[in-house]
Amino acid sequence: MSKIHVTTTVNGDEREFLCTPGQTLLDVLRGELGMTGSKEGCGSGDCGACTVVLDGEMVCSCLVLAGEAQGRSVSTIEGVAEGSQLHPIQQKFLEHAALQCGFCTPGFIVAAKSLLDRNPDPTETEVRYWLAGNLCRCTGYDKIIKAVMDAAAELRQERTAA
Amino acid sequence: MNAPESKDTFKVVGTRPIRPDGVEKVTGKAIFGPDYKASNMLFGAIVRSPHPHARVRGIDTKKAEAVAGVHACVTGADFPTLEDTIIRMGESAGSTTDMSQNVMAQGTVFYDGHAVAAVAATSQEAADEAAALIEVDYEVLPHVIDINDAFKQDAPVIHKDQRQTGLGEGEKAGPNVSTKFVMANGEMAKALEGAAATVSEHYSLLPVHQGYIEPHACVATWKADGKIDIWCSSQGAFNIRMLTASFLHLEIGRIRVMPLEIGGGFGGKNSVYIEPVAALLSKKSGRPVRLAMSRSDVFRATGPAPGAEIDVTLGADADGKLVAADVTFKYSAGAFRGTDAMTGVMHAISQYLVPAFSVTGWEVICNMPKHAAYRAPGAPQVNFAVESAMNELADELGLDPLDIRIKNAVAPGMPSMMGTPFGEIGLVECLEAAKVHPHYSAPLGPNQARGVACGTWMNFGGPSTASVSIAEDGSVLVAEGNPDIGGSRASMAMMAAETFGISYDEINVTIADTSSIGFSMMTGGSRTTFATGKAVVEAAQAVIEILCERAAKMLEVDVGDVEWMDGEAVSKSAGKRLTLKEIAVKSGATGGPISFEKGVNPLDHLPGYGVHICDTEVDPETGHVTVTRYTAVQDVGRAIHPAYVEGQLQGGAVQGIGWALNEAYIYNKDGTLDNAGFLDYRMPVASDMPMIDTVMIEKPNPAHPYGVKGVGEVSIVPPLAAVGAAVGNAIGKPMRDLPISPDRVYSAMNGKG
Repeated sequence: MSKIHVTTTVNGDEREFLCTPGQTLLDVLRGELGMTGSKEGCGSGDCGACTVVLDGEMVCSCLVLAGEAQGRSVSTIEGVAEGSQLHPIQQKFLEHAALQCGFCTPGFIVAAKSLLDRNPDPTETEVRYWLAGNLCRCTGYDKIIKAVMDAAAELRQERTAA
Repeated sequence: MNAPESKDTFKVVGTRPIRPDGVEKVTGKAIFGPDYKASNMLFGAIVRSPHPHARVRGIDTKKAEAVAGVHACVTGADFPTLEDTIIRMGESAGSTTDMSQNVMAQGTVFYDGHAVAAVAATSQEAADEAAALIEVDYEVLPHVIDINDAFKQDAPVIHKDQRQTGLGEGEKAGPNVSTKFVMANGEMAKALEGAAATVSEHYSLLPVHQGYIEPHACVATWKADGKIDIWCSSQGAFNIRMLTASFLHLEIGRIRVMPLEIGGGFGGKNSVYIEPVAALLSKKSGRPVRLAMSRSDVFRATGPAPGAEIDVTLGADADGKLVAADVTFKYSAGAFRGTDAMTGVMHAISQYLVPAFSVTGWEVICNMPKHAAYRAPGAPQVNFAVESAMNELADELGLDPLDIRIKNAVAPGMPSMMGTPFGEIGLVECLEAAKVHPHYSAPLGPNQARGVACGTWMNFGGPSTASVSIAEDGSVLVAEGNPDIGGSRASMAMMAAETFGISYDEINVTIADTSSIGFSMMTGGSRTTFATGKAVVEAAQAVIEILCERAAKMLEVDVGDVEWMDGEAVSKSAGKRLTLKEIAVKSGATGGPISFEKGVNPLDHLPGYGVHICDTEVDPETGHVTVTRYTAVQDVGRAIHPAYVEGQLQGGAVQGIGWALNEAYIYNKDGTLDNAGFLDYRMPVASDMPMIDTVMIEKPNPAHPYGVKGVGEVSIVPPLAAVGAAVGNAIGKPMRDLPISPDRVYSAMNGKG
């Protein structure tokens, strides 16, 4: 089977890969590009563990064909922290114990960042509905919602201070 | 020992530090089961039965083997024939032949999704293509899914000569009955006759899945020297080692299991499914082989917890004191025997003191995946029935549902169902805390109502090993054999820090592989912080003793003169103190490396109890139920890391809410699973849930250095009946069948229930 040559930007780095027409963006991220932070919980867009941002839009990377990434920009969990400086959402997840097993965590963090990037002051209900596409079986969501609300408050403060 | 009576004197226990593995997990760096890759690795695929019950007449792998890149095929014929022995794994047990057949069918498939063959190839695409070309010749046999149908004398026979345990002399049960387990005391009939009020009802539940988000995955390599390395995520690397060794008929020492981070288990990752298959594919191909399940594989071939049909009769005197309890239930087991019927009996009424009781549990084999442990395995189903009946009894007597529970609750010194007296248990304290919680008296809106229930889990202790070593610069290293499924590295580090009298940040915790530390039972049964914690504390205490000896040498004083205080060795007579670091850097001159490995087997664990309060709102037009407020109260012994203990209470509560409202295995008439995906198997999402308020009652277990009881499982037990009661109170009709789906609520509201 002939492969497709794709050039794309991942977390700011230009990357090239070969993929089959049927391979998903998640397959390539985890396989060819060796970035296993995005997780596969279902492969059908129901769990959100593979959430990435594609040209500013939050998507399930298991529902995007790898070929579709040509010429576009992909942001994954690996690009959320700046070097060793955690993003406030990551820091708040740690402080609030908002992860137990941690498998769904990358997807939640990418999704939460996507929310706060467009809505810096969401209500609890808005956070809950934005994250309704991300399944967590361990926490019951309570501490995740609190972490995201707390991160939003801190980011607002940072913006005011800046 | 640094274990003072009062909690206020702890420095580390009870605080909320950031977990040691946290940064790796919020940055996507942690390596979970599906993330591991080995050099020169092949990719495997498993062929699964499309039939619920069929004889395998033949398997033709020729076409598959001809696919470019295919290196090995495996079928049931590659598994050694085993002598049937029972392996105990804490709260569950199983027969080796059953479990081996569950890994791969050996002549007969027993459920939709049962593995029949496997293939390994140079790419996943080639493996999938080859798997589709493996031809299996099936002779389809009659199947049975429903518990009541499977229980019948004339039911389709699943296993010829099914081993049946617990039947009375001359008692004949249907061909699919595997277990009858009875506990009884007192004169039931007489006690019921004298009751002022009785409730006698039937309850039912369908099987539900554990629902961990990480599908099972592993890499195995069968090396040229005959030794096997396995990388996988599981609740117990030692379990994977033991079961793989049993199924492949190998000495345990030939297998080394490397624990990867685990993405949820809830009991469902105690079992072995793919590791022996990957090992055999590797043996045949001479290369490491990766096997990973899809979500559909996970639903079709792993997990569920038993469905149940339950009859409950409760009798009470006019004051609401229980005089009799008669409980009979049937639990499904799936294709092979399990143990939940036994734990179900043990937890049926163990929260109450009942003078006359009879509890009978039946386990029934049916054409579903072999059921697996799910958080407090066996307890939630029967608890739903008994607690729902308890709420109905309170209504009949005009009593507050918490008051009737306080009247009947077990307390320290009272006899358990087995007759032995209870230790320092905290059910009464939980019930009283629930009663005064503002939630219990908060006003309700239109179409809203409140329900309560209580529940228990026995918890467990058992074998664990931990080692503590001191590096050359005084760094403290803790190694344990228990996978960290929800923050246990943090609690181990905290208990070690408390024992040493040093700060939490100075402790480094590793989950060791099976060749690097002594045996540790799986992370399950709410046992890890209790038992492994004990091993960590005792290893730390032994290291402290060594440090004191070394300090005595350095100070040239008698060892009896040296005391360990706040991370330092103190000699009163010499008026000198040495820090851990000062002792460590000189260890080469005082006797060499400082370390200690401690194996423990504590069985002085205590049961945990929880009381949940649930408010629901029912949409009168659709029957849809929304949980509007929820409070979980639990006796936690002592919370080492309170945030992760709260997390256990919250997570279990939401799993229980899902069980009550949405979740169920739905099989069609052909016996195949209709909802093998997260779209149709609807687990709770963030927008379904309110915040889950928690109240931690701390009644320490005196047998643990820091009072730990175990907290992980109790929280899934009470929600089923608490939700059921809330909905029942909202619509004025008791809900006795789970899940409480909108159509059931709508029918009940409109007189069709």
